[in-house]
Amino acid sequence: MSAVVGAASRGAEAAPEMALRNAVAQARRWYWQRISAMVLAVCVVLHLAGMVWAVRGGLSAAEILSRTQGNALFAAFYAVFVLACAVHVPIGLIAITSEWWRWPPAAATWFARGVTAALVVLGLRAVWAVYAPGA
Amino acid sequence: MLVAAMNDKTLHVRIWRGLGADDDGRFVDYAVPRQDSQTVLDVVTHVQRVLDATLSYRFACRVGMCGSCAMTVNGQARWTCRTHVAKVVGADGVLEIAPLAHLPVVKDLATDMSAFFDKWARARGRFQGTLTRHDDFARVSPETPERQAANAGIECIGCAVCYGSCDVVQWRLDFLGPAALNRAWTLVNDVRDTDRTARLRAVAGDAGCHSCHTQGSCTERCPKAIAPTIAIAGLKRTVARAAVKGEL
Repeated sequence: MSAVVGAASRGAEAAPEMALRNAVAQARRWYWQRISAMVLAVCVVLHLAGMVWAVRGGLSAAEILSRTQGNALFAAFYAVFVLACAVHVPIGLIAITSEWWRWPPAAATWFARGVTAALVVLGLRAVWAVYAPGA
Repeated sequence: MLVAAMNDKTLHVRIWRGLGADDDGRFVDYAVPRQDSQTVLDVVTHVQRVLDATLSYRFACRVGMCGSCAMTVNGQARWTCRTHVAKVVGADGVLEIAPLAHLPVVKDLATDMSAFFDKWARARGRFQGTLTRHDDFARVSPETPERQAANAGIECIGCAVCYGSCDVVQWRLDFLGPAALNRAWTLVNDVRDTDRTARLRAVAGDAGCHSCHTQGSCTERCPKAIAPTIAIAGLKRTVARAAVKGEL
């Protein structure tokens, strides 16, 4: 009897703790998604404007690489762009997978972590490819 | 035959009839005499008093104060006592009246609002102060931003029109919903209240303010012109600040 009561009270203590962890996690996700959205807003505008400006007279792959290779400012800008995507996209995917597809929280979170890793690795690899001399 | 009988003096009304979730509900057609300045609640009352006494629905004040007569009228949640038929009747002259969405139906147009009000309690929608009746009144300037934010949401009548209009409530049945979160926001801004941290914990998380997609249906449909969307955005900001400071 006492064991049952003990288990029940432990459950009652664990539930608010889990709810608090969830509350803090959701709050963090919210502000990280807000901050990354602000960064992305600037990055997307600069990216589109830069593209339109750069190709206005036609541009070959060789010409692009001649401008980007060794250009630290270019590499830093797109590295920030990649990292902002890697923060922003997975948080949105957690909401989509849990609401639309009813994935359990753990599955949605691990899926999002996988997407984060893929975006960081593939994105930074792409930045490196156009920055590194002779890459 | 019913439609053929319709004219300017008669309204074609379709009312949802059924005994809750276990019963296959259906719309039943009625012909109701058209009146000047007729409200949707007038129409339902005519059906119940003249055409079919077994029709169940809920109302009390009939003047937009009690929040008990909300129904789905031609696909949108509305307070029926203050909704004129002329404003909402379709181009085909049909008035379709169904129970409020996202709540279990008790019978016909009456819904079980327990879940809706339980969520007000879950969001800690109860004022918690320190003063007793023996203390002097707390003096709160109406000019302060906190009091103005509280005043903006304080006139909620608990009609659940926002709740029945919210897509997130449909997706996540445990979502606290616009009305409960709006209530919590008024208390977060009440400088006399002492339950702030517990309330912020209660409204944060998966089933709380962070689930809101800011679609704004609640604000669009609120008959009292309250903006729960703004209240929920305020809760998100306040919870975030508390989390950063480690006060959550």
